[in-house]
Amino acid sequence: MYVSVKATPIKSLKELPRTEQFAPGHRLCAGCGIPQVVRFALKAVPDPKVVVNATGCLEVATTIFPYTSWGVPWVHVAFENAAAVASGIEAAFRVLSKKYGTKKPKIIVFGGDGGTFDIGFQALSGALERGHDLIYICYDNEAYMNTGIQRSGATPKGASTTTSPAGKAVPGKMERKKNLIEIAIAHGIKYAATMNPAFPIDMYNKIVKAANTPGPTVLHYFTPCPTGWYFDPSRSIEIARLAVQTRIWPLYEYEDGKIRITVPVKDPKPVEDYFKLQGRFRHLLEPENKWLLDEIKRDIEENWNRLLKLAEQK
Amino acid sequence: MMGKRVGMNGDRAVAFAAKQAKVDVISAYPITPQTIIVETLAEYVNNGELDAAFIPVESEHSALSAAIGASLAGARVFTATSSQGLALMWEILWIAAGLRAPIVMAMGNRALSPNINIHCSHDDAYAARDTGWLQLFAENVQEAYDLTLLAFKIAEDHRVLLPTIVNLDGFILTHAAEGLYVLDDKDVDSFLPPRKPVNPIDPDNPKTYGPLDFTDWYMEHRKIWYDTYPNVPQVIKEAFAEYEKLTGRRYVQIKTFNAEDADKAIVILGSSAGTARYAARKLKEKGQNMAVISLTQYRPFPRKELRTILEKFDVVAVLDRSLSFGSPGNQLFMDVATSLYNAKKKPLLVNVVYGLGGRDFTPRHVEQVYQLMEEVQKRGEAPEEPVWVGLREA
Ligand SMILES: Cc1ncc(C[n+]2csc(CCOP(=O)(O)OP(=O)(O)O)c2C)c(N)n1
Ligand code: SF4
Repeated sequence: MYVSVKATPIKSLKELPRTEQFAPGHRLCAGCGIPQVVRFALKAVPDPKVVVNATGCLEVATTIFPYTSWGVPWVHVAFENAAAVASGIEAAFRVLSKKYGTKKPKIIVFGGDGGTFDIGFQALSGALERGHDLIYICYDNEAYMNTGIQRSGATPKGASTTTSPAGKAVPGKMERKKNLIEIAIAHGIKYAATMNPAFPIDMYNKIVKAANTPGPTVLHYFTPCPTGWYFDPSRSIEIARLAVQTRIWPLYEYEDGKIRITVPVKDPKPVEDYFKLQGRFRHLLEPENKWLLDEIKRDIEENWNRLLKLAEQK
Repeated sequence: MMGKRVGMNGDRAVAFAAKQAKVDVISAYPITPQTIIVETLAEYVNNGELDAAFIPVESEHSALSAAIGASLAGARVFTATSSQGLALMWEILWIAAGLRAPIVMAMGNRALSPNINIHCSHDDAYAARDTGWLQLFAENVQEAYDLTLLAFKIAEDHRVLLPTIVNLDGFILTHAAEGLYVLDDKDVDSFLPPRKPVNPIDPDNPKTYGPLDFTDWYMEHRKIWYDTYPNVPQVIKEAFAEYEKLTGRRYVQIKTFNAEDADKAIVILGSSAGTARYAARKLKEKGQNMAVISLTQYRPFPRKELRTILEKFDVVAVLDRSLSFGSPGNQLFMDVATSLYNAKKKPLLVNVVYGLGGRDFTPRHVEQVYQLMEEVQKRGEAPEEPVWVGLREA
């Protein structure tokens, strides 16, 4: 009813469609994790499709007039309204296809964590509640990067940002990260998943599932940011992998009312392995902040155990 | 030719016009006094009388955002708002105009907070005045209906492609029922065929909408956008002429009344123009001559035409239903004063504040304004500060 062509899952990276609709000549930083999810989404979601982008790194780095990296229709209106703009496009095509037989595209929305967890949250909630046929992809670099590394509702506890600097009195961000997926699920949507560039097949197939699901779906993508997290760009994928292996970024999906962990982590690596590679966490390894490190470790464990329980409720 | 006579309030008349315009997408968020418009459209859609997508958004910010998305997709799009709703949309108003999305929006003019007041001021209309939207002002329910149809015609014209606000005074027009003539559906169809979008979103022909401009392009893009506005009045005139042929109802950018031999004039917007004309007629019986100038086209501001009309007067009172705090004058006053700056002969200009928050504006107040103009004429000097009429005596 919604998309005529079905997206197809892959078993190995060799099966990745060759077509590129995201040109390599963008200006995202070296080592940035964002372009992977964009390339994969444009490959996994069959044509016709339209991209809506919130303000942020992805937007500013790919559409510097007179250049564009986008081989599909791409729309940017503002920071906090990508989901609302997508709602309008989707509704318009629904009517135009009925009235004039216009092809109805799938709408893909890209928003950063700021544009999703914070300022764009209301518009996202509205779009999910109204049931528009769209794939919402939040690329989460865990801060407002485009304006210079300020904390967001997605910044993890303990991280140092320019508005939650690690100081003597307050050692970084003190609040936990919002749980986007569970908030999204609470809207009654059919599919939601977390993704990570170090697990590309898992990521691709989740986008495929979202593409084949009518109505709104939410994908939460972990994107390493060498600029904002202070690490060497060559270690981007290593850091992404560590986030999963330490259970900091569990890979799971919600489908047909069930939660399933898609990348089980039996023997987690120490979180210190992940922290020590990044400037934003370096202070956590100092003795005076041990209490905070312990708290973060407890949070990670609790979170994982909760997820296991949810996943068992089959 | 005139169409059928019916009774409706302004909100329903606007909704009926949007229905006859066969809008494809309506994005809707309630705010008094415009709510009846979106409720009526919801009824039409849910009754199957109108084949459109009705998006019940979660805020005005999203109402306009969704409207932009739909408009870029090629749909004919309608939304409505008032007051705080317009304020919440404000960021997006610019983007709608800059992306050349010919959305039509009805605005039930209402005062902005504080204190909360649901009645008529022109705060909202004025707040949108620099954002690139075209603005038309209705004087009565008939005009609210006619201007809604005209707004689609003008906004979607390929020489224009700009979003357009139809202003109707809150409660005075939105809620008051009047008799009006409505067109037959087939006449509307001939006047307003389906929209032919320019560069709509098309997956077979991908384009990038709303990219980033650095210092090398931003100014040039503003110039292109800015240069559209001088062409708009011609399109408005053509639309008015075509509409007159169809309906017998004549619209002009600037309505003048009694302008031939008067030496004093009132400049005013919206429903109060009728009150002013009524009062001017009464004054004439007493041998006192006053012209009434009202603007149907508020943006783009018809400055040259207005200058030509106003140059000949000795005194002009500009009536504002809003305040511009800390500014050299209130909003319409500033527009008029600026338009007259290069005139060879300049009238003395008085700024009058009236009707804030729905305060009644009566012929008695118009007479006060007339007396004020007489004093100004005698003294040969206009007051520096705005003069308030209708203010409560404590
Ligand atoms: C209403 C509004 N407030 C603030 C900004 C400034 N701003 C632009 S992008 C941005 C941060 C974006 O952060 P995020 O969504 O996490 O994306 P990222 O930059 O990390 O890609 C901010 C604060 C804006 N454009 N609009
Ligand atoms: S600042 Fe971070 S998120 Fe933004 S482009 Fe650079 S690496 Fe990517």
